[in-house]
Amino acid sequence: MSDLRDLYQEVILDHNRSPRNFGSLEDADGRAAGHNPLCGDRLAIAVKIVDGVVTDLRFDGSGCAISKASASLMTEAIKGKTVDEFHRLFERFHALVTDQNASADDATLGKLAVFAGVRDYPARVKCAILAWHTLRSAFNESHEVVSTE
Amino acid sequence: MMSVAQRNVAAGRAAFDIQSIRRQFPILAQTMRGKPLVYLDNAATTQKPQVVLDTLSQYYAAENANIHRGVYALSQDATQAYEGARSKVATFLNASEPAEIIFTRNATEGINLVAQTFGRSEVGAGDEVVISEMEHHSNIVPWQLLCEEKSARLRVAPINDDGELVLDELAALLGPRTKLVSIVHMSNSLGTVNPVREVVELAHGFDIPILIDGSQAAYHMPVDVRALDCDFYVVTGHKLYGPTGIGALYGRRRLLDAMPPYQGGGDMISSVTFERTTYNEVPHKFEAGTPHIAGAIGLGAAVDFLDDVGFDAIVSHERRLLDYATVSLSGLPGLRFIGTAREKASILSFVLDGVHPHDVGTVVDTEGVAIRTGHHCTQPVMDRFGVPATARASLAMYNTTGDIDRLVTALSKVREVFS
Repeated sequence: MSDLRDLYQEVILDHNRSPRNFGSLEDADGRAAGHNPLCGDRLAIAVKIVDGVVTDLRFDGSGCAISKASASLMTEAIKGKTVDEFHRLFERFHALVTDQNASADDATLGKLAVFAGVRDYPARVKCAILAWHTLRSAFNESHEVVSTE
Repeated sequence: MMSVAQRNVAAGRAAFDIQSIRRQFPILAQTMRGKPLVYLDNAATTQKPQVVLDTLSQYYAAENANIHRGVYALSQDATQAYEGARSKVATFLNASEPAEIIFTRNATEGINLVAQTFGRSEVGAGDEVVISEMEHHSNIVPWQLLCEEKSARLRVAPINDDGELVLDELAALLGPRTKLVSIVHMSNSLGTVNPVREVVELAHGFDIPILIDGSQAAYHMPVDVRALDCDFYVVTGHKLYGPTGIGALYGRRRLLDAMPPYQGGGDMISSVTFERTTYNEVPHKFEAGTPHIAGAIGLGAAVDFLDDVGFDAIVSHERRLLDYATVSLSGLPGLRFIGTAREKASILSFVLDGVHPHDVGTVVDTEGVAIRTGHHCTQPVMDRFGVPATARASLAMYNTTGDIDRLVTALSKVREVFS
């Protein structure tokens, strides 16, 4: 039985209260909007890419603590990384929140490891993963709304 | 010193043996996340009493055969049980005759059936269908599909800040172009109980038929389709303490006779040649293929069960519980109710300042309390109140003041986590 604090870790609560990289971004190279119909979460992500490296990214919108903190921590993790690195991290993060056997000690995940508790709450996986799907969509320069449904 | 709500509860306890009711629902003895289950998501589906479970099991173990066909005794018994269930539902809704009850998968299918048969034959270009702002998506989308196909127009009667239907505005929408009014009896996201008798009168003043969505109302209050004088009424079995996959549509006989069939197949025909098929009588005209026989018989057992408990007892117990819950939740800092109609029943929809409803749902889940969070398939209601979602506790006959106390404790824990 997992404890509630395993899900709502202090880092998550902190990023929910004060999300980083929150707001709009002028002159973005890619933008996408994400929607989780189950809980009404909506977020928009804008990204700036120079020579394959993410130089800046911002997110905006409203959602539950898990989706907001996930978006906030993701923006911190991805800034300065290449698009290829994002895709690799996406896979690791996806495994972290869905796979009971995935290691939470994976050093490449850094602070993102706080989301390991999500795997015990299957209804909340979509909240944690929404920002990641949306950013992937922004990289693809798709302007369509992505959905977790 | 006891509060008013607590005194009322104490006064009414003798009339309604809640523990004996609870013992009939085996699932209530379970734990969730290691704590005794508090089930407060009844607006989504109600739990099933042992008598319904036994009826289903007995049917498959000893009575199973296809209906309306076999000449052997087992098939005749199954047919009798299925048609007997139709009679029980007819009595439950006070229809004039069992043929006015059509078995469907659920309320959604009942509405779609009316849209696809009555709607497609009666609604034309430039015509209008009137619904309200508080409808469940199942009473919005079937009409949008119909209106799109027929170049007709969907008109929406507004609700006020308390979540009540604005009758004057609804009346103003009615006219010679209106071909149908379709309105919810009791809102699943607000708890509002609509003055449906008055809406029927308004519609009939223009000779407009009216459908009432009774998904929520039918397990909280007695429904009498003849007293309401409505033309269609839909219910779903799984909210009536019955099985999933079975529902019923009541239709006025005169209208049903004139309506074209819904789906084609076996059982809905009188005779078939490649040149011409003649259709069976109502209700069979609308029940193509082998129906959910066990489900219908289970629904029959569920309405018998409701009859045994009695709506007098159910209504007063749930009224006391709603009052108690309203007072209890009002004491929580930062809690705001969505849906404060004067006439409401058994549903408490709310938001907590600064905490997303989805997080509220997860925290109370860890306390063993099941509530619903989300838009409850009523996105226009969420838009109307400017919230992405709400948390919703919904009551049934087996809930107790202890369940409400557990909810309040669990909600206090939300504050601890998100302080």
